Amino acid sequence: MADIILGAVALGLLWGVFALGVHLTYRILDIADLTVEGTFTTGGAIAAVLVTSGVNAWLATLISIAGGLVGGFITGILHTKLKIPALLAGILTMTACYSINLRVMGKSNIPLPSMGSKSVDTVFTPVMNLLKNAVGEYDKSASNAWLLDLITSKNFAAMLVGIVFMIVVSMIMYWFFGTELGSAIRATGSNPKMVRAQGINTSIMIIICLMLSNGLVALSGALIGQYQTYSDISMGIGSIVIGLASLIIGEVIIGKKTFKRNLIALPVGAVIYRIIIALVMKAGMNANDLKLFTAITVAICLSLPLIKDFFVKITKGKKRAAVLKAQADNKEV
Amino acid sequence: MLEIKNIHKIFNPGTINEKHALNGVSLRLEEGDFATVIGGNGAGKSTMLNAVAGVWGIDSGKIEINGTDVTTLPEHKRAKFIGRVFQDPMMGTAASMNIEENLALAYRRGKPRTLAWGIREKERKMYRELLSALNLGLEHRLTAKVGLLSGGQRQALTLLMATLQQPKILLLDEHTAALDPKTAAKVLEISEKIIGEQHLTAMMVTHNMKDAIVHGNRLIMMNNGKIILDVSGEEKKNLTVEGLLHRFAEISGDELDNDRMLLSK
Ligand SMILES: Nc1ncnc2c1ncn2[C@@H]1O[C@H](COP(=O)(O)OP(=O)(O)O)[C@@H](O)[C@H]1O
Ligand SMILES: [Mg+2]
Repeated sequence: MADIILGAVALGLLWGVFALGVHLTYRILDIADLTVEGTFTTGGAIAAVLVTSGVNAWLATLISIAGGLVGGFITGILHTKLKIPALLAGILTMTACYSINLRVMGKSNIPLPSMGSKSVDTVFTPVMNLLKNAVGEYDKSASNAWLLDLITSKNFAAMLVGIVFMIVVSMIMYWFFGTELGSAIRATGSNPKMVRAQGINTSIMIIICLMLSNGLVALSGALIGQYQTYSDISMGIGSIVIGLASLIIGEVIIGKKTFKRNLIALPVGAVIYRIIIALVMKAGMNANDLKLFTAITVAICLSLPLIKDFFVKITKGKKRAAVLKAQADNKEV
Repeated sequence: MLEIKNIHKIFNPGTINEKHALNGVSLRLEEGDFATVIGGNGAGKSTMLNAVAGVWGIDSGKIEINGTDVTTLPEHKRAKFIGRVFQDPMMGTAASMNIEENLALAYRRGKPRTLAWGIREKERKMYRELLSALNLGLEHRLTAKVGLLSGGQRQALTLLMATLQQPKILLLDEHTAALDPKTAAKVLEISEKIIGEQHLTAMMVTHNMKDAIVHGNRLIMMNNGKIILDVSGEEKKNLTVEGLLHRFAEISGDELDNDRMLLSK
């Protein structure tokens, strides 16, 4: 059980990078960008191809970001220069990505086994080795063996890697959106007309933000491909919904008042989402029903403000009615 | 200085919605001119201001600002010459950002956006001083989200933003129309003060004829996409609302459509 939760936490942190990418477009630009379903796989594909051909996994992971940048750039051009609605522009790039990703991979699935004759080193391997060396040999029957098992497990290493990436990426984003350029991008999402009146090219702001978002998404794809020990042509399908679920769960629990809060909310939301999924899977849900489950969860979460409003109105109405009734009663007296 | 030479703008050409919104408008504003602009609904006042700001390209004619031909420059490149305040208080600020962030964006109008930090400490001091001069208590609320401000506060802030980098031309498009009379008077007073202090060249569209007469050194009347009256100097000072209405009827051969015009004296 501990390992299941640990695995969910690790995977959640890796998805947290994805959720941050979705935040940049969905919350900051106010665009629902579907490119991510393609660039997530692109990231996984590039990393898998490089890692299996002997490139250092950390380097391969960083290079995979470039795939996302290109994807975001293309959607940005389609949207701002060719005036294609953002949603459709994203779908076009996502669709094109499918062919590109297949070309990159050469086949629909690249295994990244951690054991056996064809085993490869992923970003998690050196961390795991480090922990194993630190812990050293231990008695498997000792009472603290379960803890040592956990610490030397792949999930623990993945969690550490996830934490490092989440912190580094969050800090970079926090800095970037505080700069002149980052402020201009935030304003573009809020009021593009005003931004143009301030002499800023809103098209370029949108393109940059889409690039950053998809860069993060590709990074997440590269990490998750290595974590699940394979990159697959269809790994991006439904990813936007997972990203949105993480984002919204985080906002509901941590809040969204400031960017700092968002940066904490995103990984927290992603981890909680993963824990929920791990638990319902453990409870026996069919893996094929997972996407339906996620979609329903997101639909409910997105309508939460409305539902909340509805209940607030009802309770307010009841209170008001009570006040009026009390007044009427008083008058009678 | 602003020079508009015989500009035309046709919306939706070739359709049943075709509208010749600017039909040969020419106008020259000298340095320091403050022109008020009046005219009925759909006369083309906003269209003229949008043409100057470059919201879209014009169909023919030429626009020069301080001798620079800006006719084909896109909106964001013209912005370094132009400060604008819109009718809708929502339009001039980024609601989800705070007061100092909005000011910092405007402080860099026309400048490239770099990876330098978006707002410097000494700017804050300047913003606080400028805001306190508005007398709206905003100087204590630098980090409040602009979305929380009232319409009047937002218009005053937008005005400050439009003039933070001194513009060659200030364009005010019915910027007090959405405000209650008291707030409108206050925002108008602030406008007058800033224009005077910075000796700005400005155009102010208003539907209040009295305001149009009282403020500025020139008065321009538009009708059907044309400028039909342009008075300045002594003549402008001696204008009355009745006189203006009379002149309008005389020139256009029509009654001024006055559903929104304030004819009060
Ligand atoms: N972007 C646009 N597209 C189509 N028609 C427009 C547009 N902007 C203005 N018009 C039309 O041009 C005419 C002049 O409008 P406008 O300049 O806004 O008038 P006003 O003098 O009241 O400010 C109106 O008939 C208006 O409907
Ligand atoms: Mg108008």
